[in-house]
Amino acid sequence: MTSTLPGWVRFAAPIGVGLLIVVAWTLYVEFGDAPRMLPSPAAIGNEFVLRWDIIWDDMLITGTNALIGLTVGSVLAVIFAGLAAAARPIDGMLAPLVAMLAVVPIVAITPILNTMFGASSQFGRQAVATIAAFIPVFVNVLRGLRQTRPVHRDLLRASAATGSQTFRFLTLPTALPYLMTGLRIASSLAVIAALVAEYFGGPSDGIGTSIATYAKSGRAALAWAYVVGGILIGLAFFLVTSLLERLVARRSPV
Amino acid sequence: MTSIEPGTAVRRQARSARGWITAGWGVLGVLVVLLLWEAYKFLGPAEGVTIGAVDGESGSGVMILPRTHDRAMPHIWDMVGRLFEPTSGGSTPPLFVSVISAALVTLGIAAVGWLIGVLVGGLLGLLMQRWKLVEWGLLPWIVLSQIIPLIAFAPVVNAIGNQIDRSGTPWPQWLSVAVIASYLAFFPVAIGVLKGLEAPDRIHLDLMRSYAAGYWPTLRSLRLPASVPYLLPALRLAAANAVLGAVVAEVSIGMRGGIGRMLIQLAGQASSDPAAPWGPTFGSIVLGLIAAGSVAIIGLTLSRYRRGEATA
Amino acid sequence: MTTATTPIPVTDLAVKASGVGKIFPTKAGEVTALTDVELEVAAGEFVSLIGPSGCGKSTLLRLIADLDQATSGELTIFGKPARRARIDQDYGIAFQQSGLLPWRTVGDNIALPLELHRVGKAARAARVAELTELVGLTEFADRYPDQLSGGMQQRVAIARSLAARPKLLLMDEPFGALDEMTREYLQGELTRIAAETGAAVVFVTHSIPEAVFLSDRVVVMSPRPGRITDVIVTELGDVRDESLRETPAYFEKVTAVREALHGTKVERANER
Repeated sequence: MTSTLPGWVRFAAPIGVGLLIVVAWTLYVEFGDAPRMLPSPAAIGNEFVLRWDIIWDDMLITGTNALIGLTVGSVLAVIFAGLAAAARPIDGMLAPLVAMLAVVPIVAITPILNTMFGASSQFGRQAVATIAAFIPVFVNVLRGLRQTRPVHRDLLRASAATGSQTFRFLTLPTALPYLMTGLRIASSLAVIAALVAEYFGGPSDGIGTSIATYAKSGRAALAWAYVVGGILIGLAFFLVTSLLERLVARRSPV
Repeated sequence: MTSIEPGTAVRRQARSARGWITAGWGVLGVLVVLLLWEAYKFLGPAEGVTIGAVDGESGSGVMILPRTHDRAMPHIWDMVGRLFEPTSGGSTPPLFVSVISAALVTLGIAAVGWLIGVLVGGLLGLLMQRWKLVEWGLLPWIVLSQIIPLIAFAPVVNAIGNQIDRSGTPWPQWLSVAVIASYLAFFPVAIGVLKGLEAPDRIHLDLMRSYAAGYWPTLRSLRLPASVPYLLPALRLAAANAVLGAVVAEVSIGMRGGIGRMLIQLAGQASSDPAAPWGPTFGSIVLGLIAAGSVAIIGLTLSRYRRGEATA
Repeated sequence: MTTATTPIPVTDLAVKASGVGKIFPTKAGEVTALTDVELEVAAGEFVSLIGPSGCGKSTLLRLIADLDQATSGELTIFGKPARRARIDQDYGIAFQQSGLLPWRTVGDNIALPLELHRVGKAARAARVAELTELVGLTEFADRYPDQLSGGMQQRVAIARSLAARPKLLLMDEPFGALDEMTREYLQGELTRIAAETGAAVVFVTHSIPEAVFLSDRVVVMSPRPGRITDVIVTELGDVRDESLRETPAYFEKVTAVREALHGTKVERANER
């Protein structure tokens, strides 16, 4: 049976684990036979503070790509989910396509996109981020649009509500929490996709290319400082969308 | 002797009929995509559609629709045809042969990565369900781990792998790729196992407690069967992630023989050989589908536990 | 058995069902949920439908509400076809799960039918105030459903069903998910409200004491196929208060209904 641990442990536990990781890591670098590619946390922190300006510039590039991908992907996903919920044929064609998209390595099309749109365009990365965001939002919104409970549908029918009234008063509010969940999942995926796509070609800016460049040239601590920059972007996206999800889910029908 | 009710046979027929109908719609969807490609090539402007371009400033503006000439957008039949031509001219085997062999290499590595990820993720899920403290301590880090970009880990894992190899225990390069693939694969499995093991109803847990069943019997008879609907989508996602991880890691480490490297190589030659990069691209897509499909086959054997599956 | 001397004009009857039947097609063949239902509910009359699972009582209620369509026979609500009556909002409905929308406050939930029919804001607010007072929930008008107990949620559902001042209330086991004490309290409230508003009520229930306490007539149904087998007139007067529950007349009628439910009536009692 679960023991009743005090509430503060919930916050202390992960922090404790984090401290353990940092300590073990530092000790391994100091006294173990750590490779040069793995510098100590202190060295990483140092580089991060020192090179903040250039890190921030690249963070903006990657972050903007991810944001564009998230926004466009979500908007498209909502539109297509609406179409799929309304029309069987569209749902029939989209469902297998989206299922396929969900299991293939999307970043693999980045080289081709760069060829199609030119190597100086950010479009390839934005497109990959868009697709990465599209999938979870589409799946979740479609599910949400279908989650209206029979008793609520009966209620609106008994109140002689028109189709659009039923949509506004019932279907939309029911689907909203699912949209928020989809956005939360999509946010991290969009950031990772935008970042990893950089590794497959395109302009020479962005966090991903910098990580690769500095890793290849042996400047490990700086490469890791860029990694921290990437993590910060991901965290920011995740926290904002999680907050939105919490706010909306308070009154979910489930 | 078992007798099958008439209803069962009818239901099975209905299910397989539905399967064909779904497949039919899927094929239609793919055809629509192909049609759109060719239609755009035929109707679209040669230089693509750019918004916000400034005259005289090349490279300005944002191109939102691609250029339609054959170097940027090859015809679909060119792509297919290229698959049967030699890989790099002369007497090299046809492209599709190279793609298949590279895909198989990557698939094998991804499979190893998937296995490792499933084992590690499953173990973590078990531990987190068993002790709340472990869940509280580890879960935030597990979630955070997926925000750390793969690119960072590949060189590190490769370097550590080389070290181990040099100090005596053999550690081939592909194993580093597999470890990186497992890093992406373990996350959905850990979450899925945790959710699944915690899925049983209060009533069922009380029942087991009334039988004085300890942790292990409860795990075996209740929690594990109840977790199957959560486990299977997680395994499917892990397979797709393992493929992704393998492809990215291959590029990162520069491993020869896999499909990731072929992607980059042929993309580099795209200006002289535009249809070629599509070969490994199709290969990666098929790879993802095969990986997910294999998990689906595993799912078939567990069908009696899948009363209500949660889609990933 | 009632003995009506003069037939009542159709438009004054809240519900008139003749020969109503409902057949559901399922994968395993056809299911006859209802067959040959003859029922008249007069204006202001309280009628309960009682019977075991599968007897068609909820189906009959759904047909009256036009949530499903009858496959045979004729069904009129205040002289109109069921669809017309629904569009004209001639009835209010309450379900077993209260069916409150969780993202709306109590007040907004009550106002939902009014909002759908474009009643102005001020008129809505006034009506909501009236209704929350009627069901005794005035202080809770700004709370959300998840902040209320099951009994309170059902009171909100009842208030909502009265919002458009219907002359007919349809209720499908609204107290089924509540404990006995809350049930008895709400039964008292319901008879009071029905009497005050003069609405006819068709009330589906599993509970024999509840049916007898609330109704002027108890319609007994039985399954396979779903049909009416008996009608018991309660003759317990217009004032139904707590003291009624202890009177011999009440117990007699409860027994009568119980016997009708358990009995093997071969002939259908045609109802007048």
